[in-house]
Amino acid sequence: MRIGVVTFPGSLDDGDAARAARIAGAEAVRLWHGDPDLHGVDAVVLPGGFSYGDYLRCGAIARFAPVMESIIDAARGGLPVLGICNGFQVLCEAHLLPGALTRNQHLHFRNRDQWLKVEATGTAWTNGFTPGQEILIPVKNGEGCFVADTKTLDALEAEGRVIARYIKGNPNGSQRDIAGITNEAGNVVGIMPHPEHAVEALTGPSLDGLGFFTSVLRSLAKDGQLAGGQQ
Amino acid sequence: MTTQQSGFAATDVLATGSDEPDTVERAEKSPDDLQPYGELGLKDDEYAKIREILGRRPTASELAMYSIMWSEHCSYKSSKVHLKQFSEKAPKNVRMLAGIGENAGVVQISEKLAVTFKVESHNHPSYVEPYQGAATGVGGIVRDILAMGARPVAVMDPLRFGAADHPDTARVLPGVVAGIGGYGNCLGLPNIGGEIVFDPCYQGNPLVNALSIGVLPVERLQKKEATGTGNIVVLLGARTGRDGIGGVSVLASATFDEEAEQRRPSVQVGDPFMEKLLIESCLELYDAGLVSGIQDLGGAGLTCALTETAAAAGTGMRVWLERVPLREPSMSPTEILASESQERMLLIVTPENLDAVLKVAEKWGVWATAIGEVTAAAEDGTPGRLHITWNDHVVVDVPPGSLADDGPVYNRPFREPNDVMLLQADRAETLPRPSTGDELRATLLRMAGSPNLCDKTWVTEQYDRYVLGNTILAQPEDSGVLRIDEESGLGVALSVDGNGRFARLDPYEGAKLALAEAYRNVAVTGAEPVAVTDCLNFGSPEDPTVMWQFAEATKGLADGCLELGTPVTGGNVSFYNQTGAAAIHPTPVVGVLGVFDDVSRRIPMGFPPPAKAGGDLLFLLGQTRTELSGSEWAWVTHRHLGGRPPKVDLAAEQALAKVMAQASRSGLVSAAHDLSDGGLAQVLVESTLRRGIGAKVTFPEDGNSPFVHLFSESAGRVLVAVPRGHDKAFLALVAEHGVPVNPLGVTSEEPVLQVEGQFSIPLDELREVWSSTLRNLFGGTAELVNRHADADAEPAEETEAPAPVRSVTLELSPQVPGGPINPSAEA
Repeated sequence: MRIGVVTFPGSLDDGDAARAARIAGAEAVRLWHGDPDLHGVDAVVLPGGFSYGDYLRCGAIARFAPVMESIIDAARGGLPVLGICNGFQVLCEAHLLPGALTRNQHLHFRNRDQWLKVEATGTAWTNGFTPGQEILIPVKNGEGCFVADTKTLDALEAEGRVIARYIKGNPNGSQRDIAGITNEAGNVVGIMPHPEHAVEALTGPSLDGLGFFTSVLRSLAKDGQLAGGQQ
Repeated sequence: MTTQQSGFAATDVLATGSDEPDTVERAEKSPDDLQPYGELGLKDDEYAKIREILGRRPTASELAMYSIMWSEHCSYKSSKVHLKQFSEKAPKNVRMLAGIGENAGVVQISEKLAVTFKVESHNHPSYVEPYQGAATGVGGIVRDILAMGARPVAVMDPLRFGAADHPDTARVLPGVVAGIGGYGNCLGLPNIGGEIVFDPCYQGNPLVNALSIGVLPVERLQKKEATGTGNIVVLLGARTGRDGIGGVSVLASATFDEEAEQRRPSVQVGDPFMEKLLIESCLELYDAGLVSGIQDLGGAGLTCALTETAAAAGTGMRVWLERVPLREPSMSPTEILASESQERMLLIVTPENLDAVLKVAEKWGVWATAIGEVTAAAEDGTPGRLHITWNDHVVVDVPPGSLADDGPVYNRPFREPNDVMLLQADRAETLPRPSTGDELRATLLRMAGSPNLCDKTWVTEQYDRYVLGNTILAQPEDSGVLRIDEESGLGVALSVDGNGRFARLDPYEGAKLALAEAYRNVAVTGAEPVAVTDCLNFGSPEDPTVMWQFAEATKGLADGCLELGTPVTGGNVSFYNQTGAAAIHPTPVVGVLGVFDDVSRRIPMGFPPPAKAGGDLLFLLGQTRTELSGSEWAWVTHRHLGGRPPKVDLAAEQALAKVMAQASRSGLVSAAHDLSDGGLAQVLVESTLRRGIGAKVTFPEDGNSPFVHLFSESAGRVLVAVPRGHDKAFLALVAEHGVPVNPLGVTSEEPVLQVEGQFSIPLDELREVWSSTLRNLFGGTAELVNRHADADAEPAEETEAPAPVRSVTLELSPQVPGGPINPSAEA
């Protein structure tokens, strides 16, 4: 199975997302922001970083990249898409996910090993976890404070679309401790912490991040939706 | 933004009385025009030498170029005569591919791979404008690494500030930390270590040093020579603006005065996104073999890059200055030559490769402009000339070597300060000491919470240590450890250390102690130390006593490197860290690079959960003497600085390193931590809190008092934890290398630090004292409590718009803040 990893100018954790996909057993395919061709990938990861320097607004420019037009269409067609950190911001700017990510409440960039509680496990990227499972994933961002209006927040809760919450501390002030959410269909997931940095005992605080990548392989195998069925 | 302070904008006008630039033709016609060379930092005899070289008065642009290239910062005119020891005394080392004189030293670590690393200062700009000063410090050192053909893979930052509770420290520190994070994080480089030291001597002169390390395939090593007559000179990266004009000559090469605040225009402004694009485009150009020569533009901007690349090749250069892309079209030729705008590189490319180069630049959205071409040396072999025009006016016509290589060299007078004898006589060993268990307990807690020894998470949490996915160990570990090759596990360890108090008491020994500590920090992780970089931070070289400190320190470092077999591969000198008559402590900061054949055998500093009941066994390697002078204890409890620094025994350090490397290979040790500032007490605090594992400590009957055991700062010591069953093999290994060893107790699941017969401290109490200091001083990253404790949280509070949280509540997570914790280390 082939997982595409997009590189925007200013993407930083793209190599790490590709490594995580490989460790999970997938073939990592590098996608270039200027190339609308998804090269028949079965899923896409929008990696962390500072796309276009995060100038204007995090993710605001990246959403208009040629590759994003294809990804937005494919996502609406069911292509599994995971947005990590800056990728989450891009997904919100692209309106594939509700809400927005704003400056951390304490106004500082923060990098720490963060405990999360997994909630929605019906998505393409979290089906390998058990509801309530506590996982340890690095968080590192300056603008990771998830905000949305109460109506949206209530809807996310009611529809079980919160995929993970911060526990044992909230690193950025996100409303309702929300660390990640999914769309109605469950194929598009955005998460602020970095699963791709918790996939090796030697470099991460845990192996918990691997679950996101093995989950998508599982769901792809199950649904048999392979070889760019979205194109 | 005005540049009047720097005088560079003024010079054109001053010399010509009009907006027309001062040309060579005009200079020949008006030999007696008065020129503001003094204002540009040039001495009378230096100006006379320039006239002699040119056979006429310099043009305004030439004058500016000489003033920059002959500044202390660029020419090393005061330090050269001392720095040459690093080459003369350099130990033979087959790993060295490039050394002093290059942008950075290059060390081969495998048949195919090499690493390049260097530490540099950005002290003065970081005081004037903390955020941009520190940010561009990172950007500058990263371009040095890039210019060698390497992909930058990490940064480290040794920082020194005034008193932690001084109001101005509250201005400088948060700005510097935010600048380092803001630039490094956006660049995608993990920050894997450094230092944060507070001392009143740095009040007006904070030290912001930046180290970067990069990796390259051996065959990708780049040269700076502008070879090949007819080759094109390409300026790559950001457009040129008025920022940073006169940075090196005005800021870095003069003592601060009350006008420092007005010098903000001399501080460069950074754009990390542009630098990221610059890195990616340069690496693509290298791999495509499109570059015949490259040089970064840092201090001295175009002036330095043009003259150094031409001088290195003995060629000449023809440059059309009006082609340089500008942010401000009104810039004069002198300003264009002097600008220190960031994120620029100078490429030398063959004409047939030019289009390919421009295409790569276009792909990454980076400006690339052909601004000139390489010209031949004369028939008789004399080097070519640097010929620069601006809209058909000839504004520069000089021999490049006269700027790059033939700057003035001073053998400045130096003499031992009168107070050294008195200072050394005033020993800390005679100060009143705590003796009872309760007094020792109180002292340990007071020390653990003191600014230099407390938890630095407030700072390091603002740096990304994970990006690139190869960080094996990061701060607060003894060294930063990076995986270089994912297949073989080949990697490196890096540590930077300095101790200004020791160097103040004895600069020669102090430099050796800094080297010994960095060497030991690398060794305790299990790596083999191989090479050194240094950043020498001192006061004004025009003060003979400062010059004496510098001479002693460089001699000490050169001697030490020779004895340890670790050559100095490059570095940087920062003089004039002085406000008025008050100079900083002499502060040689030493970086040591170590190599791992396999990083999976690295040894962390935190005690792991014991594998067997009864805990791991603790041993103290090395000899503890009553050495308290210059110690953290003397400073924190008595505000005392006097006596002689601890004895340094480099042979003992080498034996210790051999033991640690072998122990790492055989997997005999579960944790190891080097003893330095704060002594054993601080090591126990850090190794227990790292993972919340307690310790029961029993001191050996060796005549030392419990106080000396806890707080002496004798060098050459390491605390190790050895899993039961490995102790016989470990002690045999230690004996084999003749390293002194004492059993010191055991680790324990019980979260308590216990010193037999003296005191015990619950780790929670210890952690609160240790971790609250910087939070209380600088606020900001207060822990945010979970507001969604469970599903049925109050809707009311959720609807509140997020507002900056300043309140401080306890760290709830059992996870110790700091570097990654590796399950594998538990095995």
